[in-house]
Amino acid sequence: MDVQTWTYIIVGATFAIYIGIAIWSRAGSTKDFYVAGGGVPPLANGMATAADWMSAASFISMAGIISFAGYDGAVYLMGWTGGYVLLALLLAPYLRKFGKFTVPDFIGDRYYSNTARTVAVVCALFVSFTYVAGQMRGVGVVFSRFLEVDINNGVYIGMFIVFIYAVLGGMKGITYTQVAQYVILIFAFMVPAIFISIQLTNNPIPQLGFGGTIDGTETYLLDKLNGLHEELGFAAYTDGSKALIDVFFITFALMVGTAGLPHVIVRFFTVPKVSDARISAGYALVFIAILYTTAPAVAAFARTNLIQTVSNEEYASMPSWFSNWEKTGLLSFTDKNNDGVIQYVADAETNELVIDRDIMVLANPEIANLPNWVVALVAAGGLAAALSTAAGLLLVISTSVSHDLIKKQFAPDISDSNELWVARGSAVVAVVIAGYFGINPPGFVAAVVALAFGLAAASFFPAIILGIFYQRMNKEGAIAGMISGLGVTLLYMLIFKFNLFGETTPADWWFGVSPEGFGTIGMLVNFAVSFVVSSVTKAPPQDVQEMVDNIRFPRGAGEAHNH
Amino acid sequence: MNKEKMKAYWQRNLLYLVVLLIIWFLVSYGAGILFADALNSIKIGGFPLGFWFAQQGSIYVFVILIFVYVSLMNKLDKKFDVDEK
Repeated sequence: MDVQTWTYIIVGATFAIYIGIAIWSRAGSTKDFYVAGGGVPPLANGMATAADWMSAASFISMAGIISFAGYDGAVYLMGWTGGYVLLALLLAPYLRKFGKFTVPDFIGDRYYSNTARTVAVVCALFVSFTYVAGQMRGVGVVFSRFLEVDINNGVYIGMFIVFIYAVLGGMKGITYTQVAQYVILIFAFMVPAIFISIQLTNNPIPQLGFGGTIDGTETYLLDKLNGLHEELGFAAYTDGSKALIDVFFITFALMVGTAGLPHVIVRFFTVPKVSDARISAGYALVFIAILYTTAPAVAAFARTNLIQTVSNEEYASMPSWFSNWEKTGLLSFTDKNNDGVIQYVADAETNELVIDRDIMVLANPEIANLPNWVVALVAAGGLAAALSTAAGLLLVISTSVSHDLIKKQFAPDISDSNELWVARGSAVVAVVIAGYFGINPPGFVAAVVALAFGLAAASFFPAIILGIFYQRMNKEGAIAGMISGLGVTLLYMLIFKFNLFGETTPADWWFGVSPEGFGTIGMLVNFAVSFVVSSVTKAPPQDVQEMVDNIRFPRGAGEAHNH
Repeated sequence: MNKEKMKAYWQRNLLYLVVLLIIWFLVSYGAGILFADALNSIKIGGFPLGFWFAQQGSIYVFVILIFVYVSLMNKLDKKFDVDEK
């Protein structure tokens, strides 16, 4: 069977599974809709968190980015995993004990202020919308490449699927669909990785093959790759080219941003107990680590394969995948010196081959000559990754509107069943807006993702940490901290990422920190302002101080939930 | 729970956090970034050690840290009788 038939079968089957789960797990109350009734087993929550977290970017783009960045790719690998240590140790258990539904809930109650709650809602909406636009686009792209459907129709199909299970099932539907999506995406990522690891290094475990010797020789894969890079004028694969301080700050901003993202935090509200929240963060990281330790291996394999296949070879002798991907525009060859041979080198003047980094994962099975069903599996995996993240984000958006704004601020007397309808309605609106951005992607999507992490790092993370670990922190300190952290990060991004006040170059960066890493500084500003302002204003009321005492130990978490 | 006992429980929790987060910092920012160049002169199989920490090792250590914390805290909760029934 050809690739396309296989893709229809596999993608069709996975979609049938998602819809089946949606029908089985309809939400009956707002508690079902917001936190899946608070009854998700920790192992399932770990898988759901992993699928929620790993987006189209993790699945499709990350290995490709590492492939081209070499050592520097580590900022994503460490940044997007290390945050889970912070979540498990500093946030998840206490927020679970607090036992409400959303991050703005915690900020609003802990800082006894609707202003604080509103600041949190605005941040949550902003972060989630920027993210979800990218996911819907990812769905469209996968459809168009593998099924030859128009990108826009791909987005409509994705909207329809997410609509069914997010609107019907809320968090409950999303959670169990995400469990299925995790299984599909990890299988789809690992199968080609294992095949290629065996081909290249004769070791079925990619993490080991990565450090092994090339099959049939005594040369280590990484030495070979460094040698190839040197020949072609690239920096050695295992050395970085980014400044040390920037690597440090970007990694930190991504870690802290991860720990501050509302759609990740909310997952820890769904488990029955505080101890479940701790362990499910551990499970989540195990499930994430399977992909995140394989991705750098895939990156190195793909890079080696690619260079060996194309470098100084005749254009006419290229395998069929080469022309297939040329058609998509993701690969382009210009024979500058008219010798019919591909010169792929670091020097832009003489380089003849331009490669889109997304190819590294999407075309990997074809480059390695794997069977057609594996290629189809990668399409289903990419869709699973994009849909699961989109659904998690849409839920945060609808909850922010129905719970944090309408229930908590405008209509406190709303009945549970009416609130549930409002939640569903906001989910519908959110799906439509996300679809709109998927079809008309703002040109700055990639830049905006950096902004989302920076803002989460500079706003939520310090406010939550101080709320738990510093009893004396009051509303004045927290609000001033969030606004100044947010403000300075936003300002820096506008100046250096969007060039709003004239063109800038990396030489202009403050302390040599790139906009991607600036969230770290925003976070420090937030902490500093919070401390100073709170020390000159009055201590929080007694009942808030008692609440802080209460969230610090696990007993009684179940009751807190049933208020 | 009385104040004294609560304080002892919290102090112990903070001690665990500080120790585990120091390790968290050392493997990622230390071995993976600040000292990566120096460690790269040591090789484990085909991996320069600093590169390995940055792209593999730190992630394994992160996983271990969470499970160590979970088991320490479950014991601590029982000892201070604040675990969930």
